[in-house]
Amino acid sequence: MNLYLLLLIPLLSALAVILVPGRKTARWSALMGAIAQLGLVLYLLQQYFAVRGTGEKSNFLFEANQSWFSSLHIGLHVGVDGISLSMLVLTALVVLAGVLVSWNMDNRAKEFFFLLIFLSLGAYGFFISLDLFTLFFFLELAVIPKFLLICIWGSGAKSYSAMKLALMLMAGSALVFVGLTGLYFQSGMTTTGLDLVNISNASIPVAIQQFFFPFLFVGFGIFGALFPFHTWVPDGHSSAPTAASMFLAGISMKLGGYGCLRVATYLLPAAAHYYSPAIILLSTIAIIYGAFATTMQKDLKYINAYSSVSHCGFVLLGIGMLTPTAITGAVMQMVSHGLMTALFFAAIGMVYERTHTRMVIQMGGLLKVMPFISVVFVIAGLCSLGLPGLSGFVAEMTVFMGSWQNPNTWYRLATILACASIVVTAVYIMRAVGQVVMGPPKTGDGHTTHLSAAWNEKLAAVVLIAGIVLIGMAPFLLNQLISPSTDQLMEHIKNGVSAK
Amino acid sequence: MSWKDYFLILQPELSLALIIVIILLVKVGVTEMKRDSFLTLINLLLVLNFIGGLFIQTDGNLFHEMYHSNALTRLEKSILNGGVLLISWQSYSWLKLHRHTEEFYILLLASLMGMDFMISSNNLLQFYLGLELSTIPLAALCNFDLLRRKSSEAAMKLILNSAFSSGLLLMGISFVYGATGSLDFPVIASKLVSSGLVIFAFLLIISGFGFKVSAVPFHLWTADVYQGSPVPVTSFLSVISKGSLFFVFTATLYAAFRPLQLEGYRTICILAVLTMVIGNLFAIRQTNIKRLLAFSSIAQSGFILVGMSAQSSVGTASVVYFILVYLFSNLGAFGVVSVISTYTGKENISDYGGLYKSNPFLAWVMAISLFSLAGVPPTAGFFGKFFLLLAGASKANYGLIVIAALNMVVSLYYYLVVVKTMFLPAEGDPGEKIPVSMLSRVALVICVAGILLTGIMGGVYDYINSVCANF
Repeated sequence: MNLYLLLLIPLLSALAVILVPGRKTARWSALMGAIAQLGLVLYLLQQYFAVRGTGEKSNFLFEANQSWFSSLHIGLHVGVDGISLSMLVLTALVVLAGVLVSWNMDNRAKEFFFLLIFLSLGAYGFFISLDLFTLFFFLELAVIPKFLLICIWGSGAKSYSAMKLALMLMAGSALVFVGLTGLYFQSGMTTTGLDLVNISNASIPVAIQQFFFPFLFVGFGIFGALFPFHTWVPDGHSSAPTAASMFLAGISMKLGGYGCLRVATYLLPAAAHYYSPAIILLSTIAIIYGAFATTMQKDLKYINAYSSVSHCGFVLLGIGMLTPTAITGAVMQMVSHGLMTALFFAAIGMVYERTHTRMVIQMGGLLKVMPFISVVFVIAGLCSLGLPGLSGFVAEMTVFMGSWQNPNTWYRLATILACASIVVTAVYIMRAVGQVVMGPPKTGDGHTTHLSAAWNEKLAAVVLIAGIVLIGMAPFLLNQLISPSTDQLMEHIKNGVSAK
Repeated sequence: MSWKDYFLILQPELSLALIIVIILLVKVGVTEMKRDSFLTLINLLLVLNFIGGLFIQTDGNLFHEMYHSNALTRLEKSILNGGVLLISWQSYSWLKLHRHTEEFYILLLASLMGMDFMISSNNLLQFYLGLELSTIPLAALCNFDLLRRKSSEAAMKLILNSAFSSGLLLMGISFVYGATGSLDFPVIASKLVSSGLVIFAFLLIISGFGFKVSAVPFHLWTADVYQGSPVPVTSFLSVISKGSLFFVFTATLYAAFRPLQLEGYRTICILAVLTMVIGNLFAIRQTNIKRLLAFSSIAQSGFILVGMSAQSSVGTASVVYFILVYLFSNLGAFGVVSVISTYTGKENISDYGGLYKSNPFLAWVMAISLFSLAGVPPTAGFFGKFFLLLAGASKANYGLIVIAALNMVVSLYYYLVVVKTMFLPAEGDPGEKIPVSMLSRVALVICVAGILLTGIMGGVYDYINSVCANF
């Protein structure tokens, strides 16, 4: 299959959104684009399994390399493996749900949908890129749409949050950039460009690896809410409009985790090994600190944002453990967290539209007045605290099991601490869900009359819940997709470490 | 060499001279022309000049090799011609109201002609002549807002600073002449040996250039001059003048001062760091949009210096490419400033509040231009900055790259402040709909198209790289 289609469809639908007359046609073009893209991704998934079924062992499938800046040997080199494909599925689902949730956007709807689609274009491009320049291009491509989405359609301290987010992410990119130039010149790749596959085959001296690894890992880590660079997450997410929060938490934070894995760890294996204690330390802090910080929050969006810091800590923990199972778990956690947090933000957005508040304390008994939305809310909450049968459990369990495989005592201690954080998660989730959904209805806005969800909201929720439940009930599906690729990746890392 | 060759090689300068003569004839009253038809005529001539520059210019050497024309100089001159054309379109409404339109064009084109001579110079004397021909009309242009005192102040500052920096340059040039006995670039390059006198001369020349391209610590004139001059002149100063000087700076450094590679490298690195850091830090504090763009253009000079520090053909390519990108981005931004300040007379950043609501077109053009200046994708600025820094990194000086990368974050801040001001709803009056003349609308659209396409289309960079590969 031609992977460039994955870029072409968002591009065309973004153009269509701008060019067609009227708000309604614009949103239909956005929806059609999102549906087409999801269909394409699912077709790609089927093709992928079909090709793998024939015993194809190469790391990346459906590779294509279109020359871009030929004098610098930079090309649009694309290809997918199980890891990137699972990210693509996640992106397609979240984009569809995001477009549906913002269906009734009436303030400058065209620009809004254009920016949303544009944001997703960055994510698609990022996940399929096998050329570091292209990858970096798509990584930064998403920064400005985020800024504008928060700045124009946001709420609360939006100008502060938008600025903070844009600057922190830009700082992340700046670090990544330094790492990339280092790779470019130090791996002897000046004649073959920034191709990921080529660089992975080059042998880079350990000292050089150790020098550039922090740039790449911290740079991508800022996108993935690495402690202590997570501070953009709560502000950015809570000021953003619903769909943008879904995209931010569901997709954009995954760019960071994916980059840490695919670029930093994969290309600099010896350094990843060297720095793994630091990664474990920071991610354990993020998990525990994030969980405790969440218990103090009163605003639903802040609750979800801080819990995202905690949940994304699991991703980095899994990557830092450097065992195949842990990395599989990290990827699963990315998918699971993406779906779950998008669902959570969607539910919060729906509640907010009706109650005009996000303060937990001002809500109560919503199950009686808006049953559908409340159920969605509860499902998102349960997935977040890791209820078996939903995706959160599967992913976190895999991370823990993989982490335990690492025999180092300190690593096991970190695993235990991370495990323990689930209790805290249960505390804040139960408290929020209990207060908002259960009990007698309060008297505020939206509490007195029965307000059911509209078709678009239902559809959005169903799309995301389907993903969550499918992974929860049949984790082997995701596992089959991811673990062969993580095994290959780990193989590469092991060779890289032992070669030194 | 036949007379035809002279015409073909000197085509850029000769056609400018021809246009100037035509304007003079109009001015002395050979034909009676309305302001409108005059502007149409001149814009038409500039279009012809641009097209002619693309297709007619030929390579060759003239005047005992003092003047040379090759693929690179042809490209550079065409870039400048295009930029002047855009500026002329953008200033249409302003010029229509001005009493001295003819003089404006005479001075502008004379300055451009000086730059063309300078770019083609293969000899320090010829370079100096071109430089003076380009600066003196500029000082008069700065004074073109005849009723504003700030404008005269700007002209005064520019002329004094130019005189000072020309003095430094001349002193450097004479020392070089003393050390090598020649003013020709190739001879200098072959005879130059590192000695106290030569390094002193070299520093003097670099300082002279530093003044002209407003590198820190020689930047002090920039903000005042940019703020005081009429907007079209400011854009000319910040894009065309600076661009041409960077072209010449790069060429001189590589062609004449090749033996001083190490000294050149160190000096350029120091200048680059100072220019980026100080330009950016001062830009944060500005409240006037023209001053902000002035400091931003200082910071951009710093980034260009990073690319220059590569001292290779890739470095030259990245500089030329960046100037092309910078031309579109800065002219986009100044184009909007020009439209707004001509109509409302307001130039503060806070006056741009609510622009998105009242004038979405202008707000988007401004935002895209600023994003390009900040270097975020998919605008061409991203590619320009990336290639500059990539070229700079070829010397494995990662400290410089880290500083440059972090400076990009700082610069993003003040560009985003402007974007934020435009896009957030204004407190109180959102402002009125500002009419944009047809020509400036076209110019703005060309700038935006340039910003969006120059980067994405990899062929542009590849072409520039192949042109630069031989120099």
